[in-house]
Order: sequence, then C-alpha cells, then structure tokens
Amino acid sequence: MTSSFHDWIVPHFNAWVYVIIMMTGLWAVIAKNNLIKKLIGLSLFQTSILLLYVSLGVKEGAGIPIIDHEAAALAMSGSDDALNPDRFANPLPHVLMLTAIVVGVATLGVALALCQTIYRDFGTLEEDEVLEQMKTLHDDV
Amino acid sequence: MNAKLSATFAVVFTGAVLLYAVSDFPDFGDPRSPANHGVSGGAPSASVYYIKNAYHDTSVPNLVTAILADYRGYDTLFETVVIFTAGMAIFAILRVLRRDDSGIPAAPDPAIDGDHHRIVVGVTCRIAVPLVQIFALYVVAHGHHSPGGGFQGGVMLGASFILIALSTSLRHALGRLSETSFIRLACLGILIYAGFAFLPLVVGRNFLDYGALRALFGTDGEEMARSHGIFVVEIGIALTVTSVMFAIFANLSSRGRLHGGL
Repeated sequence: MTSSFHDWIVPHFNAWVYVIIMMTGLWAVIAKNNLIKKLIGLSLFQTSILLLYVSLGVKEGAGIPIIDHEAAALAMSGSDDALNPDRFANPLPHVLMLTAIVVGVATLGVALALCQTIYRDFGTLEEDEVLEQMKTLHDDV
Repeated sequence: MNAKLSATFAVVFTGAVLLYAVSDFPDFGDPRSPANHGVSGGAPSASVYYIKNAYHDTSVPNLVTAILADYRGYDTLFETVVIFTAGMAIFAILRVLRRDDSGIPAAPDPAIDGDHHRIVVGVTCRIAVPLVQIFALYVVAHGHHSPGGGFQGGVMLGASFILIALSTSLRHALGRLSETSFIRLACLGILIYAGFAFLPLVVGRNFLDYGALRALFGTDGEEMARSHGIFVVEIGIALTVTSVMFAIFANLSSRGRLHGGL
C-alpha cells in the first residue's frame, strides 16, 4: 500500500490534484441546474488546466525563467553554461497560461452577460425552468 | 436525481481513466521530462531553445516576455483580438442604448454620491487608486526585467478603474474613463499591436519581425530593436486589456445601461 502510494501518487500528485479539480468542475457543469453554478464549474475546470500546464514546467532545482544580470553578462561573454536550461524553469507553459488566464476572464464576462440577458428575459437562472418556458413559447408559436 | 446520479457516474469514470493515464506522466519537477528537455534521442524541446537563445535574440532577460511578444507574437496578437472581441460581444449582448429606466433602481442620489456616507472607503480608495495605477504602469514598463507585461499591468489598470466605480459610483468612474474613450482605447491597443507588426513588411521583412525596425529605434543591433518592439506591443496589449476589463464591469454592473449600477 505504502509503496504504491510512494511510487504512484507522490511523483504525480500535481496531476492527481488537477484531475480532482477538473472532475469537480465537470460534475458541476453536468449536474447543477443553476446557470451561475455551471459557470463556476467551468471556471474550476479551466483552473485545473492552468495548474496542469504550469506544473509541467516545474524543474527541480531551477529558478524563475528570468535571466539574472550575472548570467546575462556571462552569456554575452560567450560562456555556454550560463544559460543552462536546468537553471531556469520552463518558460513556455507560463506564456501559454498567462494569455489563457486573461482570455478566461474576458470569456467569463461574456458568459455572465448572457446569464444576465437570460435572467432579464425569463426571470430565472434555473436551467429546467428556462427550458420549460422556451418549450411553452415554442408550442404557442 | 437520476440525472445527478448518471453525472456522478460519468465523472467518476472519466476521473478514474484520467488517473490511470496519469501514471505514465513524467514525475513532478523532473528536469528531463519531454516538455522540459525533449524526447530522449530526439530533438530538444522548444523551451530549451528559448532558454539558450532568447537573450541573445532579443536581449530581454524575462524569457516569458520574450517568448510572449516575439517568438509567439502571432498567438499573442490573436489572444488580444479574442479579448477585444469578448469586450465587443458584451456590448452587443447587454448594452441598452435607448433611455429606458423602467424596472431598474434609480441612480444613487448625487448628495450621497460617495462623499458622506462612504467617507472611509472613499478616502482610502482615493489614496490607493493612484498608487495602484502607478504600479500598474510600472508592471507594464518593467515586464522586460521582472514578472510583468501588458496583460498583468492592463488587468491592474482596469482594476483601478473598477475600484473607483466600487468606492464611489459608476458614473464617477465613467467620468474618468468614459464609454467612448474605453472603446477607442480598446481599438487603439489592437491597432498599435497589428499596425506595429505590419511595419516590418514595409522594409521587406516578415510580419512581426521587429528586428527590421532598427533604423526606426536608432539602435545598433537587431536585438535591441526587438526589445523595443516588444515594449510597444506590450503597451498595445495593456490598453486593450484595461479597457475590456473596465467595459465588462461597467456593463455587467449596470445591466448594459451604464448609469445607476452598483
């Protein structure tokens, strides 16, 4: 039991955390009836992806992906070891997630705007009540 | 109830499959994982190239900024366009242009408009907002050497206007940054980015190849020209992000009427 815990879970605990958060979000999107709660689930889902990407770029023993002035001076004088990739965390996941976070906020704003419009037109944010009203509207037409 | 049960079953099943697949992942923090190092026997991963060459190519010590605005310039350009489009979509969905005040609470009384009944909040925010804005501009301008850049600084600048709206009134905040100005600023940000990316084409180089603008910046090498080009692009990003963040808040909090509000 303990050996499987150490071999299987501990080296991948970042992935376990993101799977659990992602499934919580997915469950909220499927099972919750309230549209705002679905949006919270969607945001949780997105957060788990951000965590996955950033954790992929972690290197043990490495610093932040910013070249300090000392290493920069060494690199300019031709030293090959100054820019050793083991010294800097992987910058690529940070770049990808940096834009994803801001785009996520903007799209969440659009989703909230749609929710406001739905509430204005139907007087409710419960999915089944909205569907019921849409069905009666459709039958009337 | 039945729907919830089947949802739980589907989620638990998917989670179990994902957790099973996770055991094939590289270990957490492994410097030799494919993403950090490349496949063994194959080519090194892109991140190795970036770490080794980004400083020589752009003379920007912050690798994240160098990749964001130079190597992945197309990606960032269209991410900014996505943010701009989201802002415009909110206008299209929510904005009410005719004056129809039925069904919304009346605008706050001007007499209590932030001055008397919210004096502690008002004074605190009046002190905090300039500091937040200065720091936001610092984050935009210092993105080359420390964590920061257009997206982060833009969000902080947008948040400072939201703070004004929350501590006084939306009308007060719109007096500082009116609807016309933030729409114009959002467009201007995209124009700065796309227009600046277009300039190298004039001298016969590739789209987004700022190194070609050496003469424009008066720098010796192409690396410094790239560094300056990244800064111009970051300003464009910051303008768009600032205006879209404030536009989202202004429209959501006032149900698209831009008066009354929270």
